[in-house]
Amino acid sequence: MREKILTFIEKNSRVDLKELAIVLGVDEATVANEMAAMEEEHIICGYHTLIDWEKTSIEKVNALIEVRVTPQRGRGFDSVAERIYNYPEVNAVYLISGGYDLLVTLEGKTLREVAQFVSDKLSTLDPVLSTKTNFILKKYKDHGTIIAEPEEDERMLVTL
Amino acid sequence: MRNPLSERIVDIPFSGIRKFFDIAAEMTDVISLGVGEPDFDTPWHIRDEGIYSLERGKTAYTSNAGLKELKIEIAKYLERRFQVSYDYNTEMMVTVGGSEAIDMAMRAMLDPGDEVLIPQPSYVSYVPCATLANGTPVIINLKEENEFRLTAEELEAAITPKTKLLVLPFPNNPTGAIMERKDLEAIAEVVKKHDLYVLSDEIYAELSYLEDHVTIASLPGMKERTVLINGFSKSYSMTGWRLGYACAPKIILEQMLKIHQYAIMCAPSTSQYAAVEAVRNGDHDVAAMREEYDGRRRYLMHRFQEMGLQCFEPYGAFYAFPSIQEFGITSDEFATRFLKEKKVVVVPGTAFGECGEGFLRISYAYSLDKLKVALDRMEEFVTELRAQKK
Repeated sequence: MREKILTFIEKNSRVDLKELAIVLGVDEATVANEMAAMEEEHIICGYHTLIDWEKTSIEKVNALIEVRVTPQRGRGFDSVAERIYNYPEVNAVYLISGGYDLLVTLEGKTLREVAQFVSDKLSTLDPVLSTKTNFILKKYKDHGTIIAEPEEDERMLVTL
Repeated sequence: MRNPLSERIVDIPFSGIRKFFDIAAEMTDVISLGVGEPDFDTPWHIRDEGIYSLERGKTAYTSNAGLKELKIEIAKYLERRFQVSYDYNTEMMVTVGGSEAIDMAMRAMLDPGDEVLIPQPSYVSYVPCATLANGTPVIINLKEENEFRLTAEELEAAITPKTKLLVLPFPNNPTGAIMERKDLEAIAEVVKKHDLYVLSDEIYAELSYLEDHVTIASLPGMKERTVLINGFSKSYSMTGWRLGYACAPKIILEQMLKIHQYAIMCAPSTSQYAAVEAVRNGDHDVAAMREEYDGRRRYLMHRFQEMGLQCFEPYGAFYAFPSIQEFGITSDEFATRFLKEKKVVVVPGTAFGECGEGFLRISYAYSLDKLKVALDRMEEFVTELRAQKK
């Protein structure tokens, strides 16, 4: 049941509970209770909207920053990750295997704003050894969804 | 000037579905619940195998009966899913969709005067294919009170000394009816008693929501009198690839192969390479699509119930077949007015046989968002019709 709800709302968090209950073949209260429980347990961490900002007049710059850090005694990477994710302009922080330690995704209004964050805030943290900033030029697919005009239904006249 | 046409062909009418699409083509903001085709793209890993086969230059004919590799996989699949075993080498051939298999089976089995029992409402091709094969189609009208299943009594009543073949189209297009094991066991007894053959069209076998589909070929003594037809269109959402298959006793299959050899040569090779991947690694795609359809089915039935529209519960395929008899107008009139007044395409039940009068075929191979809008419009329309009747 939980897996079905999660699979469904991952694609469409706007679905109304009654409709979801019908589709899953259970009653509305069951769905509501499961969802409340999953929010409580932090399995459902939020309900977000996928937006193609390029189609709006709002200017945004997105960056992926590879960060090498020195892990801290007793807390490994957690304390430095916490320092970083608490900045409001940071969207995501991942601990990564491979050539660097943390991947930080960042959103700023301008290139200058992102550059300032990296040089003033991120690079100056004691455990940070180095940063490498990659700017996102275009989003083709995000959160499993292809960022493009939805295609028309091309099914043609068939007698099936 | 001589008439260039064959009267036999001229006498066969076009499918009744066409008219509605012609009207819809002239309108804007039309929502269709009319197409009997999955709305999913073919899963990427299957498409990718098709592309890869082209990259490797696998563009030649395959053998007439189909790619050996594919037939072996199909045999494993039928064993795994439906507990029926076929020798890929002598009892199976790959066809251009299930449609070609239906046509060939009829042509291989029928002589002039042979009667073919065709339960209706059902897919529009069976009657014309029987006619094209010089057979005589005999219709069995299925009843809503039996959930549009074929009963042994109905079958027995339709049999004459000329009856040779029974078409068994379940899960059914357009009604969504299925046949459970107990139903098939009763049918099988009658078939054996009267020494008939069965053309079992199982194209919707993977879309069965009540229990796993049972093929009549798996029942005792039935494999030797059954032509099992299936394909990739519905289960793997591969309609445009045009790929199906037929499994039959060697004696029948050999004759079908002869027709296929002269008329078609072989099914498209790209489609066959893609299908190998589908049948080998596509079970989870099939399960995911089935679950999605099942959710839409529940939603559709709930909405019918809310608007007070009578509909028996369909347990297969992706169609519902609600009754509109309460409105006192024909299916054709309902569908035409619904399209013109509310801009929604549905198909009148009569497109699938005269006994479909008083019913509509609603396809739920559409996203929930589309279904929702279409059903809101249907609710308005039904309310208006009821008000006009008072």
